[in-house]
Amino acid sequence: MNDVPLLQIDDLAVTFETRGGKVEAVRNVSFQLKKGEALAIVGESGSGKSVTSYATMRILDRNGTVAGGRITFGGMDLTTASEAAMSDLRGRELSMIFQDPRSALNPIRTVGRQIEDVLLRHSQATRHDMRAKAIEMLRKVKIARPEERYHAYPFELSGGMCQRVVIAIALACDPQLLIADEPTTGLDVTTQKAVMDLADDLRRQSNLSLLLITHDLGLAATYCDRIVVMERGRIVEAAEARTLFAAPRHPYTRRLIAAMPRRSAGLRDLLPPGDTKRAPPTRPAIAAEPLLVVDKLTKTFGPKLGLPGRLFGKSEAPAPAVDRLSFILHRGESLGLVGESGCGKSTTSSMIMRLLDPTAGQIVFHGERIDQIPRARFASSPLRARMQMVFQDHTASLNPRFTARRSIADPILRLGRRRDRRSLDQRVAELAEKVSLPPELLDRFPHQLSGGQKARVGIARAIALSPDLLILDEPTAALDVSVQAVVLNLLADLRAEMGLSYLFISHDLEVVRLLCDRVIVMRAGVMVEEGLTGEVLTHPRADYTRELIDAIPSIEPDSALPNAPVTDDPAAGVPAAPVR
Amino acid sequence: MRVDPTTGEAVPLPAAPQGTQGRWKDAAGERLRLFVYVARGSTTTMLAMAMATLFVLVAILGPAILPFDPLASNPQAALQPPSADHWFGTDNLGRDVFSRVLAATRLDLGIAFGAVALSFVFGSLIGALSGYFGGWVDAVFGRLIDVIMAFPLFVLAMGIVAAAGNTVENIVYATAIINLPFYARIVRSEIAIRREAGFVQAARLSGNGDLRIIAVHLFPNVLPPLMVQLSLNLGWAMLNAAGLSFIGLGVRPPTPEWGIMVAEGSNFIISGEWWLALFPGATLMLAVFTFNLLGDGLRDLVDPRQRT
Repeated sequence: MNDVPLLQIDDLAVTFETRGGKVEAVRNVSFQLKKGEALAIVGESGSGKSVTSYATMRILDRNGTVAGGRITFGGMDLTTASEAAMSDLRGRELSMIFQDPRSALNPIRTVGRQIEDVLLRHSQATRHDMRAKAIEMLRKVKIARPEERYHAYPFELSGGMCQRVVIAIALACDPQLLIADEPTTGLDVTTQKAVMDLADDLRRQSNLSLLLITHDLGLAATYCDRIVVMERGRIVEAAEARTLFAAPRHPYTRRLIAAMPRRSAGLRDLLPPGDTKRAPPTRPAIAAEPLLVVDKLTKTFGPKLGLPGRLFGKSEAPAPAVDRLSFILHRGESLGLVGESGCGKSTTSSMIMRLLDPTAGQIVFHGERIDQIPRARFASSPLRARMQMVFQDHTASLNPRFTARRSIADPILRLGRRRDRRSLDQRVAELAEKVSLPPELLDRFPHQLSGGQKARVGIARAIALSPDLLILDEPTAALDVSVQAVVLNLLADLRAEMGLSYLFISHDLEVVRLLCDRVIVMRAGVMVEEGLTGEVLTHPRADYTRELIDAIPSIEPDSALPNAPVTDDPAAGVPAAPVR
Repeated sequence: MRVDPTTGEAVPLPAAPQGTQGRWKDAAGERLRLFVYVARGSTTTMLAMAMATLFVLVAILGPAILPFDPLASNPQAALQPPSADHWFGTDNLGRDVFSRVLAATRLDLGIAFGAVALSFVFGSLIGALSGYFGGWVDAVFGRLIDVIMAFPLFVLAMGIVAAAGNTVENIVYATAIINLPFYARIVRSEIAIRREAGFVQAARLSGNGDLRIIAVHLFPNVLPPLMVQLSLNLGWAMLNAAGLSFIGLGVRPPTPEWGIMVAEGSNFIISGEWWLALFPGATLMLAVFTFNLLGDGLRDLVDPRQRT
């Protein structure tokens, strides 16, 4: 038994020097981490969780300073250590893995060389044995054929493999503490599970301490012993993972847990208890006649060949991105399109929106073959106004030079018949009210709005012409859970109010469950399974669907459903914390 | 305040896309407030704006403020050093150098603004079309630009003026042609990286056609880097025009022009009459310097992200 904590943070305060004066990003943060323990810091964006980890590694931005407190690692105060001492510690004792593995790796060096760099820097290998050690590390992170992959460049590897390489680099020198800052955001759920299971295994093998920074409570619950919840730079609650979910004490923690989409909760349960809208959303009647019929839709992206390539190259047909996809969407229905990245769900939505020409197949909307209308002419077709889209990245989908008002008004000006200023302003104000956007925000530019507000602007723009069909392309993927809860509820209300049909594209089955009547699961361009949402999620027929459902990290087996049968999945239940 | 209309003069084009936005608000007041905000943000910008205003004022008022007729020769007063009467001295024909330097401002600024305006408009157009459509449009325009860039630019300008004839218009055209590739390349790359952006897709869904997307949605987003290029180019264009006149192409004596005055004055430097070349040269340098410094300020002026 060793009671001296490996990492101890006392009363940490970090401030940032900005144009608007000093900003306190983190204050009064104290926690400790024992050897071999896994601790998660959970919070929404702006909570200061990443800043805390950056301060520990001493890699704060230039305008950030540790204004107070101590960070002690193995008896050494990291806030006062010299830069030379720090660079010696980083990578050897303290390692870090970042959110985007592809940008964390040098794109023009082979992954083997990058592992060797760390080994050499910390004198853990010599020129003679470094290659063998690097390959050994690749094998350890379960990369198949490590001898070949040693020569691979990052762009030749998938996102999950890149993250494994990053883990290999982080663990190459056998550190004592691994800090993982949102290590699986941007990875598919099945990849997330594989990467996290691997990190967890390695951690247990070498008695490593883990500091996991995440916004995902499910991930924290599955892989960590203790959880620290942060809000606006402060710790609001710290507890064992089980107790935290069974009996959250702080109201913020309760709100956060409540906002998580999960099996036992309905759409309204996600909202904070004080919210007025408690009545379950009504579902519009689903009409018998189809609104959208997609028949054997196929898209193949041809290889781009220059003239010499076309003359002399062998033409080899690439695999289609979408392969003979057929489905029907009825008026008033909400259909989910689920799959992992690269499964062709976004390609499908682009083709239906006529932003992309299909290679083969039919798209019938309102009884008209819209796939045969040339793209350029579709811009002015009356059908264009009947289908609109909400984009995944709300920041990128708003013109940075347009105010919110102008963004919302643009489709009305182009496709609507209202032209005079008063009725236009009135309509924009109406739409803002519908999506609960405060009217005083209408004259702001996108960079002056928060993520949730930008999402509302995007939704207001999409419903401006009262379309029949709304394609929602992962509309909540970039939002914090509490904002996601509000936006999902808003979408359900709008659908009931306006009788909209939704084609909801997502990788998150829990979110789809809340909003969709029917669901289609896609993999590699092919439909794997189709059915009513409840049925598919409780009794999946396809193995792939089951795999997807199992990979979702959940807080439920441990806490919210104490009487639920204990799963035999070793990753889901966290064994008692091994204190060594 | 005299400042706003003058910069409207100095920055002829960026005002246009802002104008569409202006309909949505109290446009003039908003622009003036932004202008003051940007000017106060940095001493350099404020200084550059003040000097640019001065140059533009002199160019506009021109003949009205000259102490002497810039063309009237007076053999009795030839080659006098700077004095209270003749601030910059007199030249070999007894003409007042100060008056001539002031009188030349209108011509030199006119050539520079004209040339930059032309290359801005056509360069942006070419760049926007190649960046947005790609394919053969890009290939054709791209090679055209490559051809221009393959020449040493000043030599190309000399060739154009020599072949087309020694007129002020031809100096403007030649300067416009050699500056055009810079605009085309900046606009092309900035538009190419944004053409599949979310807001462009959204604009398509809102029923905007391709040309409208380019003009209303994409082009205003390219303005900030263009403004920096624009102000640098004003300086180059001025140097270029003066350089052509210096070697005897373009503007002809006795028209007052900074390049010619330096060329004429250079004969007298060895005999000790330094003021003939120094003052027009220094004014040219100051003008180029001013417009180069203006870049950052202009960029901030057209970038909505600066307005917080």
